[in-house]
Amino acid sequence: MVDLARRYDVLVVGGGNAALCAAIAARRGGASVLVLEAAPKFYRGGNTRHTRNMRCAHDSATQHLTGPYLEDEFWDDLKRVTQGHTDEELARFMIARSKEMLGWIAEQGVRFQPSLGGTLSLGRTNSFFLGGGRAMLNALYLTAATLGVDVLYDAEVVDLAIEDGMFLSAAVRRDGAVVDVRAAALVAAAGGFEANIEWLKKYWGEAAENFLIRGTPYNRGTLLRLLLGKGVQEVGDPTQCHAVAIDARSPRFDGGIITRLDCVVFGIVVNRQARRFYDEGEDFWPKRYAIWGRLIAGQPGQIAYIVFDAKSLRMFMPSLYPAIRADSLPELGGKLGIDGEALAATVAAFNAAVRPGTFDHTELDDCRTEGLSPPKSHWARRIDEAPFYAYPVRPGITFTYLGTRVDREARILMQGGAPSANMFAAGEIMAGNVLGRGYAAGVGMTIGSVFGRVAGEQAARRVRN
Amino acid sequence: MTAMGEQRAMPMPTDAQREADRLLTICNACRYCEGLCAVFPAMEMRRSFAAGDVNYLANLCHACGACFHDCQFAPPHEFQVNVPRTLARVRVDSYRAYVWPAACAGLFARNGLAVSLAAAAGVALFVGGFAAWHDPTVLFGTHGGPGAFYRLMPHGAMALLFGAVFLYALVAIAMGVRAFWRDIDEPGAPPADARSLWQAIRDAGSLRYLDGGGVGCMNEDERPTDRRRLYHHLTFYGFLLCFAATTVATLYHYLLGRVAPYPWYDLPVVLGTIGGVGLLVGPAGLLAARERAEPAVRDAGSRGMDTAFLAMLLLTSLTGLALLLLRATPAMGLLLAVHLGVVFGLFLTMPYGKFVHGIYRFLALVRYARERRGGHDGTADAA
Repeated sequence: MVDLARRYDVLVVGGGNAALCAAIAARRGGASVLVLEAAPKFYRGGNTRHTRNMRCAHDSATQHLTGPYLEDEFWDDLKRVTQGHTDEELARFMIARSKEMLGWIAEQGVRFQPSLGGTLSLGRTNSFFLGGGRAMLNALYLTAATLGVDVLYDAEVVDLAIEDGMFLSAAVRRDGAVVDVRAAALVAAAGGFEANIEWLKKYWGEAAENFLIRGTPYNRGTLLRLLLGKGVQEVGDPTQCHAVAIDARSPRFDGGIITRLDCVVFGIVVNRQARRFYDEGEDFWPKRYAIWGRLIAGQPGQIAYIVFDAKSLRMFMPSLYPAIRADSLPELGGKLGIDGEALAATVAAFNAAVRPGTFDHTELDDCRTEGLSPPKSHWARRIDEAPFYAYPVRPGITFTYLGTRVDREARILMQGGAPSANMFAAGEIMAGNVLGRGYAAGVGMTIGSVFGRVAGEQAARRVRN
Repeated sequence: MTAMGEQRAMPMPTDAQREADRLLTICNACRYCEGLCAVFPAMEMRRSFAAGDVNYLANLCHACGACFHDCQFAPPHEFQVNVPRTLARVRVDSYRAYVWPAACAGLFARNGLAVSLAAAAGVALFVGGFAAWHDPTVLFGTHGGPGAFYRLMPHGAMALLFGAVFLYALVAIAMGVRAFWRDIDEPGAPPADARSLWQAIRDAGSLRYLDGGGVGCMNEDERPTDRRRLYHHLTFYGFLLCFAATTVATLYHYLLGRVAPYPWYDLPVVLGTIGGVGLLVGPAGLLAARERAEPAVRDAGSRGMDTAFLAMLLLTSLTGLALLLLRATPAMGLLLAVHLGVVFGLFLTMPYGKFVHGIYRFLALVRYARERRGGHDGTADAA
């Protein structure tokens, strides 16, 4: 039985990869550990339950990775995707530490496998969890339980007692009552606020009502808000979030990976006025998918439609909902609830602008439009082969960038710059330190594992001294 | 994607198949479970599913439970993805669909009852037959030395009766195999080749896919602590040893003219005893595991069938071992009748119960081995 009256050495708030790595590392470091997860058991783990791989540097090919991924290449990738919005010292520290994470994570019971079907481009850089993120969580929770880590579910932290940068206790809501839990150190690993629509509205206005959240409704950022309200230094652009285009028919929360659509490059994207608004063929999809959520958020009603024809139907990964199909463009428009004649006119203008070329979706081919605004720079083929198809899409919010500033010991920095005596942060709640913008597949898990482990070790060390 | 609902010529005939089709659409968009077993890679080789494909995938599933506990969309998630239970339902339906003669399909519906009745009838037949044939001094007498059993029932009669029921079971199973293979196989595909067969023998013999992708299968919860693979090995190899014991004894009888019962150190008795112990511990372990199983993963409807088959195996070994221990006592006559009755019931119900799972699963493994080697893949790789 979990005894909330005792004073634990380390209190970990959160229940995902970062939280569990911290809890395990702290416990292995000799500390008594309590994990407070706000979600019920099934939904435990925040965004980790929807992940499938982590990106770690390695000097040579392994059983599951097809070739080396050196630290410098990782750094170049990170610098590119963040457009320099990263703390180089922390980022390089993380990348260096990521090399031993594959082994460490495997020691905690997590199993790996070669890259999944449809993800060949990640086979060299990213290590895939056998069974996915929930399997990874199951393994970490099992290891934590075996080591004697206490875990409570449905336990949201609703207040913190912090004095001069020193954590004293947390108020935990559980079964309708609020209980104070004391601990010698705190590891904040409770993620961002992507599921907190009210908070998102602060930056996005009413448009946020039309956002779909890819993870669970429990990623509310309560702990982040508490910390920032109590003198902790913030990092990352509060207005930004990672937003991709997902099927508009998806549930409001937790649709996960299966609602994503990878077919933008094969067709055109129109808004509800049946107008195009961005170059669909600007670059390879893996390099562009993350801008489309924001693009659609800027359109009226926060909705758009990917329109393509019969020849593209089988060229991309299948997704959850079937494409909407019609024998003519006006009919397709009618089925989408937009002006069918306007849609036909947009497609006609697009078709007329398509230059002859050799279509090849594996390279930046020479199929492009001329004299069209916005252009389609690659993979532009006439949409003229019935039946015609469309997917309605909305912004799908994956995570937010706002976080707590930390040092390389994962210690939380207070406003003024001094590190907290006993507060640490790991995972999405501090991801903005190294990932101020953009995203590269698997980096979130690297941040969680590396800083989770560091936070747990440092917290245990602090308690012992 | 898209294509799934549209390109299929015929709708799925059963509710379970329709549900499987819905799940396969979800799983094909996710693919996180790809490394757990053979079902998911086989699924990814297709973009749309015919009823035969669904039956093939269902029989390929070993019900290890890993994909249920690893799935982020499992209940209580609104997508309600429960692959093991859905495929278990499709499996039972498929046994019914391929049964020979078709009129026996109903035996799967209340299988526990059907098998119990067959066992009871078998036992009654032999006890009644012995009693009617002999006066009580023979039935309850003490018999020893070679030919002791045949004082109760002539060897010729025994061989004829069991030969007939065994042959019937073989024919009925072969007809089911034919129907299943026709349904799951691509028209025009080459027949199973030696390498695929050998691969399937190794996969089935090691229960390669009953291990949750490497850590052990999951039964009660997400902890991979289950021992079902061990119990299944004891059951399966115990069954094979018992079968070998009978075969050796038959060869002794006809080739060497040596007549049962044999001394305890002789090959048929040694094989039968070791096999019998396996067939005692294995089914008992599997029955216990079934009781502890997470209810969400199991198909409640097939419980009777599972229990009936395991109970029949358990009774076969129990009565056989009892006969071995007490064959020099006056209890031998009755025990022989009960044992023969149970074995008769087991053979008779083989084509109409859980036994067929091994046959269909093996065929599914053959098919899988072949399509893996053929590199059959219908899915575009889109980054």
